[in-house]
Amino acid sequence: MAGKTLSEKIIGEHCGREVKAGEVVIVDVDLSYVQDGTGPLTVRRMKEMGLEKAYNPKKTIFFLDHASPSPRMELSNDHELLRDFARKAGITLSDVGNGISHHNSLEKYACPGDIIVGADSHTCTNGALGAFGTGMGSTDVAAAIALGKTWMKVPDTYLVEVNGKLPKGVYSKDVILHLIGSISANGATYKALEFTGDTISGMSTAARSTIANMSVEAGAKAGLFTPDDETRNFLKAMGREEAFRDLKSDEDAEFEKRIEINADELEPLIACPHLVDNVKKISEIGKVKVDEVFIGTSCNGRLEDLHIAASILKGHTISPNLRVIVTPASRRVYMEALRDGTIETFMDAGALVTASGCGACDGVHLGILGDGEVCLATQPRNFKGRMGDADSFIYLGNPAVAAATALTGEISDPREVM
Amino acid sequence: MGKAWKFGDSISTDLIAPGRYFHLRSNLPELTKHVLEGARPEFSSQVHSGDFVVAGENFGLGSSREHAPTIIKVAGVKAVLAKSFARIFFRNCINIGLPAITCNTDEIDEGDELELDMEKGVVRNKTKGKELDFPPLPHVMNRILQEGGLVVFIKAHKSMEI
Repeated sequence: MAGKTLSEKIIGEHCGREVKAGEVVIVDVDLSYVQDGTGPLTVRRMKEMGLEKAYNPKKTIFFLDHASPSPRMELSNDHELLRDFARKAGITLSDVGNGISHHNSLEKYACPGDIIVGADSHTCTNGALGAFGTGMGSTDVAAAIALGKTWMKVPDTYLVEVNGKLPKGVYSKDVILHLIGSISANGATYKALEFTGDTISGMSTAARSTIANMSVEAGAKAGLFTPDDETRNFLKAMGREEAFRDLKSDEDAEFEKRIEINADELEPLIACPHLVDNVKKISEIGKVKVDEVFIGTSCNGRLEDLHIAASILKGHTISPNLRVIVTPASRRVYMEALRDGTIETFMDAGALVTASGCGACDGVHLGILGDGEVCLATQPRNFKGRMGDADSFIYLGNPAVAAATALTGEISDPREVM
Repeated sequence: MGKAWKFGDSISTDLIAPGRYFHLRSNLPELTKHVLEGARPEFSSQVHSGDFVVAGENFGLGSSREHAPTIIKVAGVKAVLAKSFARIFFRNCINIGLPAITCNTDEIDEGDELELDMEKGVVRNKTKGKELDFPPLPHVMNRILQEGGLVVFIKAHKSMEI
């Protein structure tokens, strides 16, 4: 019998028997969460189901991260609904200011080998620790919260092997943009992506989480990394080394497809409006004037990302023709960036720094785009109208591109200023 | 029977339920006034109960927001037909009892009169006199859809054993 992929192993452990890709199974869920955009509907669905208790309240989290803090009365009422329900059901509440669900999950909750369902499409970010995290809708997560179970199809896996050294100005963001550009926005629909190779081994958990996060932008159900020494060190730094466990795909596991990426050959990449797979080399996009630079989100709002951007901005002033908005991913990231002077560097350069949360990424507040405006963002998505006006334009790039752009006022190659 | 509203490829959840209306998510009737606004601004005011949304590849890509298929359903749409669907959107459709049908939508033009027969697995294009087959849903999804969605299913069974 052929060996198992990481996905087959994790899912098998959660349904009490061996499974193969293609089967539909009922699994135990280790961690369920919602955010303030999807959570109110989850609460209403639980009430409609007649199930108002969480199966495992300690491993059920309500994150108030999209409207953090609330910019509108309607959202304040949604927050009250979530706070009230969480209090009554004993569910853990992560209130405004604590930051993005997925990043908090990596810091505090997710463990290698877990099955995690979140009412947010970027729940696949948890794959950075070797957890099978996947996004679902409010009703599915309502059922998972109430019953501790969900159904899922065991996915086939694409093995993505990345080898070589990332050149100057090129980061994990460019690895995942390259992949999405190559296989398209539905190139991995229903599949699990598993990342391996010496480039991946050498990456921090933060860098891996950028790749895991954007796996869904290729349509994938999960984006998985093998837990290794880096994972152990990350968990140790978060004060929960005991969460570590070894887990990997068998040598003879069956992968539906193998994709190789040579890191040495990559350049800074840009996803151009209005789709994430509209990927071009930065040298190919010509002159693009920018009104807003946004550094943050579940994709690139970690300390490492802020350090990359700050190292370019240090001692300089941003272009007078744009605004630069920095939103740390979590309270912890914000505090660390405060302590080490990164926030001061941003402020000195003329950027503004917001409370941690999802920020401007999905058009709720803290940087909404106007008619015809152009944004260069480190976020995972650039769909038409996402950040505000239906006739605005979003370009996606790595944190160094964001910082270089901040200095010039037009999309700029960071290799020229590093 | 209902009329086909044609859309292209890659209709994202930001085109269906834009983030700029995030504050209306707990007010579905108001949010429905903006359904698919990013793709066809006239859609919400002109769609009739029983009409069909007909699209190309990767319909519903992006966010997990269940509000996207929900407001399509609230607008009266009978079913969404597409060449392919994004995973989370597809699952959400089934959970809320909105048929999401994978078929060759090149055979359907704007305004064609359509009829959906779930039991036989066929879309009848009355305007063109053609029938389009579609594959049956996986067993789990079929049961959820037949019982009227996941809320109704769980209310009845108090279990995920499907």
